[in-house]
Amino acid sequence: MNTMNTTVTSETDMPEEKTIPVADEQPAEAKIEEGTTVGHPFSDDPKFKLRNVEVFYGEDRAIKNISLDIGRNEVIAFIGPSGCGKSTFLRCLNRMNDSIDICRVKGGLELDDEDIYDSRRDVVELRARVGMVFQKPNPFPKSIYDNVAYGPRIHGLANRKSDLDDIVENSLRKAGLWEEVKDRLDATATGMSGGQQQRLCIARAIAVSPEVVLMDEPCSALDPIATARVEELIAELSESYTIVIVTHSMQQAARVSNRTAYFHLGHLVEVNETSKVFTSPEHPLTESYITGRFG
Amino acid sequence: MDDKKDEVYGDHISHKFNDELMELKAEFLTMGGMVESQVENAIQALVDGDGHLAEQIRLNDKKVDRLEVSLDEEATLIIARRQPTARDLRLVISVIKMVADLERIGDEAKKIAKVAMTLAEEGHAPRGYVEVRHIGVHVQTMLHDALDAFARLDSTQALRIMKEDKRVDEEYQAAARALLTFMMEDTRNISRCMSVMWVLRALERVGDHACNIAENVIFMVEGEDVRHTSVEEAERVVTG
Repeated sequence: MNTMNTTVTSETDMPEEKTIPVADEQPAEAKIEEGTTVGHPFSDDPKFKLRNVEVFYGEDRAIKNISLDIGRNEVIAFIGPSGCGKSTFLRCLNRMNDSIDICRVKGGLELDDEDIYDSRRDVVELRARVGMVFQKPNPFPKSIYDNVAYGPRIHGLANRKSDLDDIVENSLRKAGLWEEVKDRLDATATGMSGGQQQRLCIARAIAVSPEVVLMDEPCSALDPIATARVEELIAELSESYTIVIVTHSMQQAARVSNRTAYFHLGHLVEVNETSKVFTSPEHPLTESYITGRFG
Repeated sequence: MDDKKDEVYGDHISHKFNDELMELKAEFLTMGGMVESQVENAIQALVDGDGHLAEQIRLNDKKVDRLEVSLDEEATLIIARRQPTARDLRLVISVIKMVADLERIGDEAKKIAKVAMTLAEEGHAPRGYVEVRHIGVHVQTMLHDALDAFARLDSTQALRIMKEDKRVDEEYQAAARALLTFMMEDTRNISRCMSVMWVLRALERVGDHACNIAENVIFMVEGEDVRHTSVEEAERVVTG
């Protein structure tokens, strides 16, 4: 059951800070002050306004008092060691955590100034606005055409077959897949290569005209060429969409994102311009992680 | 390598990466030491009129050049293999730039050695040796301190070197004016005085390169580029 919170907490309205020790393997001088993120976590033109967000799995607090803005049409990368909470936090943004019974979300989470966790909110409509691409390509066992047409059909976005054809073609073009599949739209999607399947999943996500695309390690199962194509696609999509990408590849975060957010043990330690994070990060924990000193 | 440096660059999960960075630093300091000797010997050869020592400097410059190539190759391989970030990236990038400065200092030492060989054959210039010794000691100290600041990651010391560069420029201008006056008074000495003028110019350039190294040390340590900024701005970066 999710805790609803329609109040946006201001940046100054943080709970009392407390310093907690970090695990032994991390630098001794590195301390995390709960609720405090170094760098620039806030945006002048936020698409998402996230304030004092906490996520619990049963009694375990997986996300600890995180406040962050995600700017309109920005690409923000979430990085951090396994289990740091970056995927959990990502999944709050379109309520994918709702399907986990023991998961509770607290805090202010707003999309365009509207509470994401409002009990009256239509979650299907939310997920149409905030699409998601997963780690492993997961096309439906249907034709290529039907995979892309599925969303527009259930959302009633096309009245005529020709309209649906246009949506499918445009989505496949945006995903850089049209030239490769235009002659075999009826072929089963599961017969495509891994890279093609992932781009098909991206085409499927953008077919319903989302405003935001969440990507949870979208390239971890892909070869370098397919990865390069997806990264190219992210750059093109960023002109029209807000993109949030979780990645274990620091180089990928450096290549595709405008800002990078470093998560650690459920805290949001640092958010800064990506160029700054990878050349001179502010927090010693960020530095230790991205330089390969732990992780 | 002392423990402090190991703490800074030697604690990666990959021990091989530690080794590669340590070796890069060690080899850079070896090249720095070699270049320091070249400058010292070049001044000695000029003052003593020692053609043999000057010839030795010319030969040693090839070793300096080989080290430059070797260090560039090592740095390139680290980038290709490890994709370094943050302080590691700043170390590798700074070394690539500072190696170029060291090589140019080596070239300046060679220039001085060539003048020394000429003057060893033609006879001492009548003026300028005091200035050469004075500016020589000054820029040698700057170079030594710049390498020391690199080894100890001491941005405060690097800032001091940046400040010293202005004084070297002033000393060079004063020495050049004095030599010019002397040449105007007695035109028979123009040729040999010009040779000493070139030596002074080379030493002033050594000071500039030492200053460049100091700027790179500040970038390595503080993460901010202070090239083409005022000393006051660099001071703000270093002192926070």
